Amino acid sequence: MAKREAYISGVGQSEVGVRLPRHPLLLTVDAVKEALDDAGLTLDQIDGVFSFPGKSHGYLAFSPVGTDELIEVLGIKSKWQMGAIEQPAQLSAIGMAAWAVKEGICRHAICFRTVYEAGGMANPEEYMPLRHDTVSGFTQWTAPFWATSAACWTAQYAARHVHKYGMTREQLGQIAINGSKNALLNPRARAITKEELTLDKYMSARMISTPLCLYDCDRFSDASTVIIVSAGDALDEVKATPIRIAAASGSVDRYSWDQVEWFAAYDAGRDLWKNTDYKPKDVDTVQFYDGFAFLPITWLEGLGFCERGEGHRFIEGGTRIARDGELPLNTGGGQLGAGRLHGFGFAHEAVTQLRGAAGPRQIPGDPKVAVATSGGGPMAAALLLARD
Amino acid sequence: MSPPRPKPKLDQENRAFWTGGAEGKLNITRCNDCGQYTHPPRILCRHCQSENVAPEAVAGTGEIDTFSINHQPWAPGLEVPYVIARVRLDGVPGVYLTTNIVNCAVDEVNFDDKVRVTFEERDGIFYPLFEKAN
Repeated sequence: MAKREAYISGVGQSEVGVRLPRHPLLLTVDAVKEALDDAGLTLDQIDGVFSFPGKSHGYLAFSPVGTDELIEVLGIKSKWQMGAIEQPAQLSAIGMAAWAVKEGICRHAICFRTVYEAGGMANPEEYMPLRHDTVSGFTQWTAPFWATSAACWTAQYAARHVHKYGMTREQLGQIAINGSKNALLNPRARAITKEELTLDKYMSARMISTPLCLYDCDRFSDASTVIIVSAGDALDEVKATPIRIAAASGSVDRYSWDQVEWFAAYDAGRDLWKNTDYKPKDVDTVQFYDGFAFLPITWLEGLGFCERGEGHRFIEGGTRIARDGELPLNTGGGQLGAGRLHGFGFAHEAVTQLRGAAGPRQIPGDPKVAVATSGGGPMAAALLLARD
Repeated sequence: MSPPRPKPKLDQENRAFWTGGAEGKLNITRCNDCGQYTHPPRILCRHCQSENVAPEAVAGTGEIDTFSINHQPWAPGLEVPYVIARVRLDGVPGVYLTTNIVNCAVDEVNFDDKVRVTFEERDGIFYPLFEKAN
């Protein structure tokens, strides 16, 4: 029997906002309906549900919807499901769905990521916030020193890039500036980016944790993003242009934000090319996780678009990563421009670009191959997506 | 007045690290079989899986591997700015501690600065902070 392929057959997204009144379960259903519509599928054809990180009971706003309740309220007859945080970063949920359809266990699987971190802050009684008074697990090695946020942890490695490789703020700022330009052309980003970020404004922004300033950190948002993964032999049921998951990779060496020498993006980046004939030069656009602006630099280096320690020079001036540049980056705005969708937004935008469906922000040249990534620090997952 | 530091929940694996400062000791878990260190501390050696591990008082000196000046008050009343550093410990290859550099101005801190441990006690926890060694 020929090897079965996995395709992304539909994408959908709810309204994206800050402190949205709409319940996160309803945002999720909104995104599911849009994705089903896009794919031309109906709920009775869905037989799998995959998510990252699953319902997060200890910090509900981070992930307020689980696979169980989606199966329940949508009446899905699920053959396989998974919602787990112990995966190599957000997009690994799509990788697991690809595995399930390749194995023939599922035909069409919903993958989703719902975030309600802004709405949750406005309603801490219902959406339990993170506790800071007592810590255990991996945060006990950082939080007691008021290295509270992943911004502080990422800043340590970004500062090393400044010291060792000469990264400047003008160079780093190109990630957020590029994101804001693209976000202004993305209707789903209207609540997040209202004006273009200039270099002057970036340079005068207040610092969070050096060298990361306010604009280098993504912003809590409320939204749901859905990706439908279908088996190659079920595509006759799909109406949209299918996008093949040509390769996937992931990495967790040690789950630690301070013991690792290099972020996991370097290993996952190298490994993405192991099971494909595609090379970095074949890639038409990249959608790189930018929860913090330093992370796309690690992906550029890790995937081999430039040498280690050269990522900031690659993006210098912003022309190379612009929509009409040689490697358009985060064409929908990324998380810095379009909100903290937590990984899934990058797959959504890659598919939209590869279908030529991005409207005013569509990149030129009939793009056929894209990379979407997720993760930061010790965890990373990447997808190579292709339009056949 | 800054708020109290987040308090680690003590257990069998981490107790020696967080309480060693009572005796002025920076305890890092070491394997009595292969001699290598395991940090964060575990009930077994992460290098050879031996269960013959025990906390060992290390020199308590090191160098600043990398650092960031933090300006964001992550809790109400937290005084900023302050330095968050990753310190590589002398004699403990491959082990880093995230910590604060204290007793100097934030702009006096640099890469590769030599530092030594100084403990801040609160509620039975001895937080290993570092200060410049000279």
